[in-house]
Amino acid sequence: MEPFRRIHSIAIPLDKINVDTDQIIPKQFLKLIQKTGFGQYLFYDWRYDKDGTPRKDFVLNDPRYKGSVILLARNNFGCGSSREHAAWALLDFGFRAIISTSFADIFYNNCFKNGILPITVDEQALQKLFESKSEIEIDLEKQTIKNDDVNLSFHIEPYWKKILLEGLDDIAVTLKYNDSISKYEKKQVSNPRSS
Amino acid sequence: MTKTLIEKIWDAHTVIDEGNGRSLLYVDRHMIHEVTSPQAFDGLRANKRKVRRTDLTFATMDHNVPTNNRSLPIVDQTSAMQVKALERNCKEFGIELFDINSPNQGIVHVIGPELGITLPGSTIVCGDSHTSTHGAFGALAFGIGTSDVEHVLATQCIWMEKPKTFEIRVEGKRRNSHAITAKDIILSIIKQIGTAGGTGTAFEYRGEAISELSMEQRMTICNMSIEGGARAGLIAPDEKTFDYLRGRRYIPENYDNLVGDWKENLKTDGNARFDKSFTLHVDDIAPQVSWGTNPAMTIDVTGRVPFPDEYAKGNVEEEKAAAKALQYMDLKPGTLVTEIELNRVFIGSCTNSRLEDLAEAAKIVKGKTVSSKIRAMVVPGSQHVKKQAEEIGLDRIFKDAGFEWRESGCSMCLGMNPDILSAGERCASTSNRNFEGRQGSGGRTHLVSPVMAAAAAIAGHFVDVRDLDLN
Repeated sequence: MEPFRRIHSIAIPLDKINVDTDQIIPKQFLKLIQKTGFGQYLFYDWRYDKDGTPRKDFVLNDPRYKGSVILLARNNFGCGSSREHAAWALLDFGFRAIISTSFADIFYNNCFKNGILPITVDEQALQKLFESKSEIEIDLEKQTIKNDDVNLSFHIEPYWKKILLEGLDDIAVTLKYNDSISKYEKKQVSNPRSS
Repeated sequence: MTKTLIEKIWDAHTVIDEGNGRSLLYVDRHMIHEVTSPQAFDGLRANKRKVRRTDLTFATMDHNVPTNNRSLPIVDQTSAMQVKALERNCKEFGIELFDINSPNQGIVHVIGPELGITLPGSTIVCGDSHTSTHGAFGALAFGIGTSDVEHVLATQCIWMEKPKTFEIRVEGKRRNSHAITAKDIILSIIKQIGTAGGTGTAFEYRGEAISELSMEQRMTICNMSIEGGARAGLIAPDEKTFDYLRGRRYIPENYDNLVGDWKENLKTDGNARFDKSFTLHVDDIAPQVSWGTNPAMTIDVTGRVPFPDEYAKGNVEEEKAAAKALQYMDLKPGTLVTEIELNRVFIGSCTNSRLEDLAEAAKIVKGKTVSSKIRAMVVPGSQHVKKQAEEIGLDRIFKDAGFEWRESGCSMCLGMNPDILSAGERCASTSNRNFEGRQGSGGRTHLVSPVMAAAAAIAGHFVDVRDLDLN
């Protein structure tokens, strides 16, 4: 996983609440068996007309935002299906950070697992970011978001911070606890199955 | 110290407690399917890792399998590739697979309980958000992403933030328990708490109106916990739970001893405190119909499609979302729900595809004919459900009325197989999500109970099932 330290870019404002993962990556694109290549299908039904022409009124197609790596989203972003393809599509498209007032639990977790930083801010701060057009700098080490109009710090669990900063494989981290897991397995009583 | 059931199961499965709310939890049962697992197995291979507990891992194929003739090859090449990948991965890593020809095949959340894989007090994960279904048995069960599927395969554990506990009390007595179903209860809850109401929490459903539900009805309730934003939702086990599981194929040999322990331990202590609480009284609830593009956008069957400002109650963002939803759904505010005309009816999904769902729907369908404007299908949740339904003649009732009677799978709940809506088609669906395009690009979904879907299939539009004789 690519380490995450500091990014700066303008942000793409996606002004809609309760964006579900079915919109982020529609089901017809869940059949790939790799983790890459999903970016072209990101927000597919909002991004393209029925005949495949990019919709001018959808913000991802606005040339002003080309190359942006930050997504501004509204409350409850990533709700619904657990499909990690949503995180893969966002990453593959180029996003490294998403700022919102809240994220759905499974999606939030999926972001960290793929090196995307989901940042929760209060409504006022989010509104300012939506209204501001200037470039945003996100510094994970310092836990800050800055631009011409905003200067705030954000919370992140220390564990996720470390995983992102160092680009760690979290399975390798867990396997260090192998002895504890084995010990747990020995005392556990409710697990056996008959077959 | 007094504890809620959620906390008891959490504590009993904690392998490492970091002391900051984050724990490494042991996973008792891991269920996998073809869509969210291939990348996890690739990860194992790339890092030369094994599956730690093949005996606690079960696989089936459900999301994109065709529900028509099973003797034919899968036409969609990408679906076929995922199905083959799962077969190959299960063989290579030594995981038991209920494949497309297995008598145990079905939707992962239908077969788990049916085979006794789901157990009270256990932790269950699956790469699917409706894993919360298994909470009906008093299990702490939640959906996970593919990276966590890989993590659980490799370690049999998962890192979790401890969820806040959210008590959902369901009190009172339904006036007509055939017309007002578990689906109407859970939609009524989501309508009030919102789709993000349970974010960061796990639900415990309690109260007399929960106790009186059958196990299959409890599964419908827990299934849609995620639609209220909660990753998990559970119900303390009781005699119904223990009876349901007794004798099923994968239950432990010392089952009756375990029941003794479960009876004693698997309940919330009398004075334990929840972080949040919400109460629904079911005495006066009506059959529910969703009108919008998320499950909280739901109204009574006797109601009218709301105006955006009426729905949003002053919330600007909600008002914008409601206006967009109305546009997508092609509905005019003020329209009576019973005047909404339909083209399709889908009875199925991990929410409502079990024997009781089909039997209740069949009561309405028996001796009637599906409206000429409607294409209707029944997709049983598993091969076992299908077989049992056929043994009591439900298939004949549906087929005689003009329904398609299909093989088991997720089918039109998410339309990954050929069962999809065309753009502009309007469907009464017993599934769990009415998101834009969920059942097919441009398709319009109205979430309802099985009896409401069956009645709509006959009438061609929604009807209040309380007006029908359901006994």
